[in-house]
Amino acid sequence: MTIGVRKVARPRKMSGGESLYLLEIVKGLGVTIGHLLRNMRHQENIATMEYPEVRRVMPPRFRGLHRLMKRPDGTPRCVACFCCSTACPAVCITIVAGESPDPKVEKYPVRFDIDMLRCIFCGHCVEACPCDAIRMDTGWYTPPDFTREKLIFTIDMLLEK
Amino acid sequence: MNGWFDLVVSVARVAVMLAFTLSLVPILVWAERKGAAYIQDRRGPNRAKILGLTLGGLFHPLADALKLLFKEDFIPDHAHRLFYQIAPMFALAPALMTFAVIPFGPPVVIAGRPVALQVADLNVGILYIFAISGMAVYGVILAGWASNSKYPLLGGLRSSAQMISYEVSLGLSIIGLVMVFRSVRLSDIVASQGELLWGVVPKWGVFLQPLGFLLFLVAVYAEANRTPFDLPEGESEIVAGFHTEYGSFKFSIFFMAEYVHMVVGSALIATLFFGGWQFPYLADSGFLLPGGISLGLPGALVLLLRIGAFVGKLLFFAWLFIWVRWTIPRFRYDQVMRLGWKVLLPLSLANIFVTGLVLLLVGGGG
Repeated sequence: MTIGVRKVARPRKMSGGESLYLLEIVKGLGVTIGHLLRNMRHQENIATMEYPEVRRVMPPRFRGLHRLMKRPDGTPRCVACFCCSTACPAVCITIVAGESPDPKVEKYPVRFDIDMLRCIFCGHCVEACPCDAIRMDTGWYTPPDFTREKLIFTIDMLLEK
Repeated sequence: MNGWFDLVVSVARVAVMLAFTLSLVPILVWAERKGAAYIQDRRGPNRAKILGLTLGGLFHPLADALKLLFKEDFIPDHAHRLFYQIAPMFALAPALMTFAVIPFGPPVVIAGRPVALQVADLNVGILYIFAISGMAVYGVILAGWASNSKYPLLGGLRSSAQMISYEVSLGLSIIGLVMVFRSVRLSDIVASQGELLWGVVPKWGVFLQPLGFLLFLVAVYAEANRTPFDLPEGESEIVAGFHTEYGSFKFSIFFMAEYVHMVVGSALIATLFFGGWQFPYLADSGFLLPGGISLGLPGALVLLLRIGAFVGKLLFFAWLFIWVRWTIPRFRYDQVMRLGWKVLLPLSLANIFVTGLVLLLVGGGG
């Protein structure tokens, strides 16, 4: 009959002094004023970060905003193979390919837009890329903006990152 | 001529009292937010700027008040329009009216006539305070009922039950003090607290009535609906209590009323138990220390010291309200009722009995 019955530790009974509350309240007031004075004296120890002015340094493997890599001559490294947009589960990458003027390169992206509102930051595009042309190592999130249009990042913005 | 003098003095006193009380509200809001932040290891408000100055977030209450002032004055569809609109007035007015009988300083002589530094030197001072502060519950219950919504109604009911229970202990805890000082006129009570007990300790209410002080302190917290007795607005269970359906400036009036209650409560504690405007060992002519040492001071400085003493005591107790709020969690409803009826009430009755007995044995009776 006692299977599964577990004895739970009950809180011990309060002693006479504790059940008067008064001394305990004074102790509690001491704790809080201690925190207050310590934080007023050493404001630099408060863990709160003053966000827009001070930014947290993200760990090196943080996966954030995308950037497109460049060749040594400054042209985009991307060859418009559509691997990333095919891999993208959120369908947020739009590529329009064009013929490259460079004879060694077959295609280049005329348009390369990432809709940051659709992106889920899964990193599949980075894994899919055969040329290491897209990376997510900018170390920051998508910044907020006022319109949806401004959050569709074009190739120029992505190359600058 | 005399009529004009009285009128000007009365208006000036009312204006100073109102300005003092209402200007303390934003300062207390700021102290509450900043103090809470530091107690909880946060930074607190520090963003609102005027000309690049933040002053440690002092402009935030101002910005909040402006924001609330410019919001739409919304009345819910099913609310009782009249009661819904007069409820905030009922909350704020009694709190401000109570301040009328609290003396700021000793009577001064202006143009050859004595002027009391309080709006009304009533001979029924304490009774007036209880009569007026008892009306504050109407604001809360009207707001809760007129909103026609379930959580405000629950908040209003809780609040009225709590305020009525604690008003009993509030009144009874003062009776011992009245027996000792033999007056209910607040200026008399403050004046007699300037004497010395056994020639050493100031004859403050807290030394004569330590238990009465504790009971009064707890009851005042309950009356002001402050933590640990802020169940009327228990966010976790009844959203925000009686003012859930209020917005814009009506909400801010409830908010102001809470802080004015704090100011009045602190002023009452300071006046009744901590000598009001009495500065320890300061007589009309200057300091008179127990050892027979004396230090003469000009009359104006004595007056300033005394008014400063009152304001300082008031601010300390206002800070104590804030300090306690961020230290002690909220009571459960049944715990509040148990504390009020089973602990505070018998203790305050016992306090009256013991005070009477001691007065009979020591002072030869009243």
